[in-house]
Amino acid sequence: MIIEQLLGLITGVAFGFLLQKGRVLRFDKQVGAMLLRDMTIFKFMLSAILVGMVGIQLLASAGIIALSHKAMNLGAVLVGGALFGCGWAVMGFCPGTSIGALGEGRWHAVFAIAGMVAGAALYAELYPLFKSTVLAWKDFGKIGMAEALGISPWLIIPVFWAGIIWLFVWFEHKNL
Amino acid sequence: MKWATEDGGWSPYLAGALVGILAIVSVYATTQWMGKTNYLGASTTFVRAAGLLERTVFPDRVAANEYFTKEKVRVDWQFMLVLGIFLGALIASTTDKSFKLESVPPTWEERFGPSIIKRGAAAFFGGIVAMLGARMADGCPSGHGLSGMMQLSVSAFLALAMFFGVGVVVAGLLYRRSAS
Repeated sequence: MIIEQLLGLITGVAFGFLLQKGRVLRFDKQVGAMLLRDMTIFKFMLSAILVGMVGIQLLASAGIIALSHKAMNLGAVLVGGALFGCGWAVMGFCPGTSIGALGEGRWHAVFAIAGMVAGAALYAELYPLFKSTVLAWKDFGKIGMAEALGISPWLIIPVFWAGIIWLFVWFEHKNL
Repeated sequence: MKWATEDGGWSPYLAGALVGILAIVSVYATTQWMGKTNYLGASTTFVRAAGLLERTVFPDRVAANEYFTKEKVRVDWQFMLVLGIFLGALIASTTDKSFKLESVPPTWEERFGPSIIKRGAAAFFGGIVAMLGARMADGCPSGHGLSGMMQLSVSAFLALAMFFGVGVVVAGLLYRRSAS
């Protein structure tokens, strides 16, 4: 039992340390990305994805870990994603970065955190309503790109890498 | 390309790549020691925090709630991960002197003025809307954006496109009016 919490804490400290060092916890960086002025958060996030996807795919292919796709529930992802986008733009933080921002002294993040805790409680109240409406439209299940396209993930990964590296070169060229 | 920023931070490419390594180590470690592969995420913790708080006032209401029951209100691996983010950011910012007490973010102040109440109210309501969305979509930029993309999940591509696409439109409406 305690090993679970200890492991979570250690991983979180390392994650928070790197988020702060990458300077992606700032309100101004998040809003800067949405105003297409400063792509720091995308450089950070996409670099993590490039490295992580290779290791995770290797471990999954070797049968050491299990993949855990989130459901491709169309209404949930479209409506939920749009709501999140609205809230993110106004709040200027995402759930993980709000906590980190508090850690680096940006204490105004407490308002965002309080709002998100209230939002979570509200979601729990409204869950039966959503379950019979938005969540019930069309669920494609827990699918990965490889199965959906019917090809090996090892064909997708190099294409993804090439596209993202091109994007990075463009970011640097445009000084974003 | 520089490995450090002017204010003592690290290149976002470097820090991001290290998060990629952390994610790989973390899925391996959780599988080995917890018997279940756990992926980085943050938003479910807000549900558990809400449940823990609400339980102190209305224990029966929380116990009877379908969503709280589904997500299990307890201090789990991800809850500690989120607390760890706070500590990690505190350690990193105090050791490189980038820790700064800030009551209103500069970009906000430039557009909407120095009122803490105005900023606080917007952040609170933005937070409610964002969390409703994150729970509906079953993930945030950590769960969908990082972990989902790393696994090449179809839902992650659509979720991230929605998060960012709508974010760009709303941020444009909020901040660009003053510029024109």
